[in-house]
Amino acid sequence: MSDSVQDRIHRTVTGSPVVLYMKGTPEAPRCGFSRAVVDVLSGLSVPFTAVDVLADAEVWQGVKAYSDWPTIPQVFVGGTFIGGCDIVRDLHAKGELEPLVRAAIAARG
Amino acid sequence: MIAADEIERRILAGLPGARVPALVDLAGDRDHWRATVVAPQFEARSAVDRHRLVYACLQDVLGGALHALSLETLTPDEWVERSGAA
Repeated sequence: MSDSVQDRIHRTVTGSPVVLYMKGTPEAPRCGFSRAVVDVLSGLSVPFTAVDVLADAEVWQGVKAYSDWPTIPQVFVGGTFIGGCDIVRDLHAKGELEPLVRAAIAARG
Repeated sequence: MIAADEIERRILAGLPGARVPALVDLAGDRDHWRATVVAPQFEARSAVDRHRLVYACLQDVLGGALHALSLETLTPDEWVERSGAA
């Protein structure tokens, strides 16, 4: 795996307050778990950056190495990996996701 | 495609003292599973770390025979609380 992919992923996850690596696009998710995360994030009515791993095999493998997490989807908030579908849904159910996201957006100005 | 007892065996081998009280074949295809894992090793660990501990048990099959795994990770105390057991 080239360093440049890791650099690219690092720039992506630190370049927006909320970044989702998913299968497919928010408009057309290609996996139920990715769709579930899109639904949660869309429900917060905040902008998020989505990256389709199916469109780039290097990024697909690279993000798994970057986060040390073997599955997609993956959510980064404020540049920090916060989890996959189960954890994001769980944080949302506990009311902890929105404050986290709002804080990351506010920190960016 | 993977059998339930193959998933459970790996989790119990990697996390001694763990239990898998629920293991559901979500789509009926033995590819997409949902597991509840109760393990003392989860104590004082974040959700991300708990998931990583379970993934580590399954690294030889995850993404291959095991296409998707939804996880609920609880300490023994949390399991008692959640299941409403005395």
